[in-house]
Amino acid sequence: MLIELSSLDLAMAGTLVVLLGALTAYMQLGISKQLYIAAARTTVQLLLVGLVLKSLFASTSLAFILLIAFIMISVAGWEILSRQKRKLKGWWGFGISTGSLFVSSFIITLLCLMTVIQADPWYSPQYAIPLLGMLLGNTMTGIALGMDRLVQNAWQQRPVIEQRLMLGQTADESISDIRREAMRAGMIPIINSMAAAGLVSLPGMMTGQILAGAAPVEAVKYQILIMFMITSGTGLGVISVLWLISKRLFDERERLCFKRLLKDTGTQYK
Amino acid sequence: MQLLNIKKLKFLHCGPMSIQVNADEIIGLSGASGSGKSLFLRALADMEPHDGVILLDDLNQQDIEAHLWRQKVALLSAETSWWFDTVGEHFDEIAEDSLSALGFSKDCLQWSISRLSSGEKQRLGLLRIMQNKPEVLLLDEPTANLDKRNTQLFESFVKQYIENNSACVIWVGHDLEQLQRISPQRYEIEEGRLINVD
Repeated sequence: MLIELSSLDLAMAGTLVVLLGALTAYMQLGISKQLYIAAARTTVQLLLVGLVLKSLFASTSLAFILLIAFIMISVAGWEILSRQKRKLKGWWGFGISTGSLFVSSFIITLLCLMTVIQADPWYSPQYAIPLLGMLLGNTMTGIALGMDRLVQNAWQQRPVIEQRLMLGQTADESISDIRREAMRAGMIPIINSMAAAGLVSLPGMMTGQILAGAAPVEAVKYQILIMFMITSGTGLGVISVLWLISKRLFDERERLCFKRLLKDTGTQYK
Repeated sequence: MQLLNIKKLKFLHCGPMSIQVNADEIIGLSGASGSGKSLFLRALADMEPHDGVILLDDLNQQDIEAHLWRQKVALLSAETSWWFDTVGEHFDEIAEDSLSALGFSKDCLQWSISRLSSGEKQRLGLLRIMQNKPEVLLLDEPTANLDKRNTQLFESFVKQYIENNSACVIWVGHDLEQLQRISPQRYEIEEGRLINVD
């Protein structure tokens, strides 16, 4: 039996977030506004989705589920972009992040639904939507971190990149060290989760299933499946984003092309 | 024998500039700060967008990949950058006599980058760019931080190199005495024009 939470319980937890925001504001760490907006968003968004989830799961229309998936991917792409200190101009930033989410998360979810889970029909929303959601959530984090690290470091290390170009290295070689760093930054969260799973952290989905009465071994199998999917999705997503962005940072004569970047806008929520 | 042929080069507000440089030749180039000397060198190395035609022998700059061009037409900028921890990691292989010709011994390869003086960086930067055996050397105020003795070593090292390799040099500097010493051909950039000032 689930212990019900009262509004007061949530309010207590909320107070902690408010205190944290006040502390960061006092220390001038410049994150309190983002923190409050994100906390408000999580409350509203989860409440809303909680209301419609039942009817969503009852739906059997493929077109409708594809529409939901499309919205989820676009929002994730947008969120990645809002986390960037320096964005690519025009539609490039959104295009690259959303495109990479699509080729990683969407295709891996599809693969998994059709070959591994094989629900009937394969797009059954109670499998498809949470699966895609978990993949997108993690891939989004990886991509946002990797992308930010790549562009920031390229910006800061402009003299080194140009020096390497002047020494006759290709554009690809000249940014290779920075790209390696960015790949690491993007993959660390998921590598941490896999390494700590079961010892430090009990993954939420598995724990939930067990609490809800599922056989532990079955729940664990699902969790491992999810972990592997998240890892390959994140890896693919980060690789494609880093590849596309490092292409975009150079022009056809292998020169750094920072005029394709917008000015530093800070990491403000939009 | 003509090696580098620059026709109607334009970049930013500068140009058109035309000039030919022969093999075994050093061209001295001076001009006020901000006149576009460094941009001129960067355009020759294709590090800066530009119009006009740049030929190395008969090879058009735009007909080969940019990184291959930069191996042939090498730019040594006024400030060099170093990204590994030690000097040696920036070199594939380096002959001991080249090191000693610029006043270094083999131990300098173990030095950490953070302890290099700006003069050492300039001399090592020259050795580093020489690894590509460039046909054209573009030197941007290369001896600005060197004392008299090291300046002499630097000059004779460059002269020796172009003689042995039929290369050519465009040497940007402020020291008119030095430019007269190393090159019979002196140019100045003034209001975006290249003017011969023998």
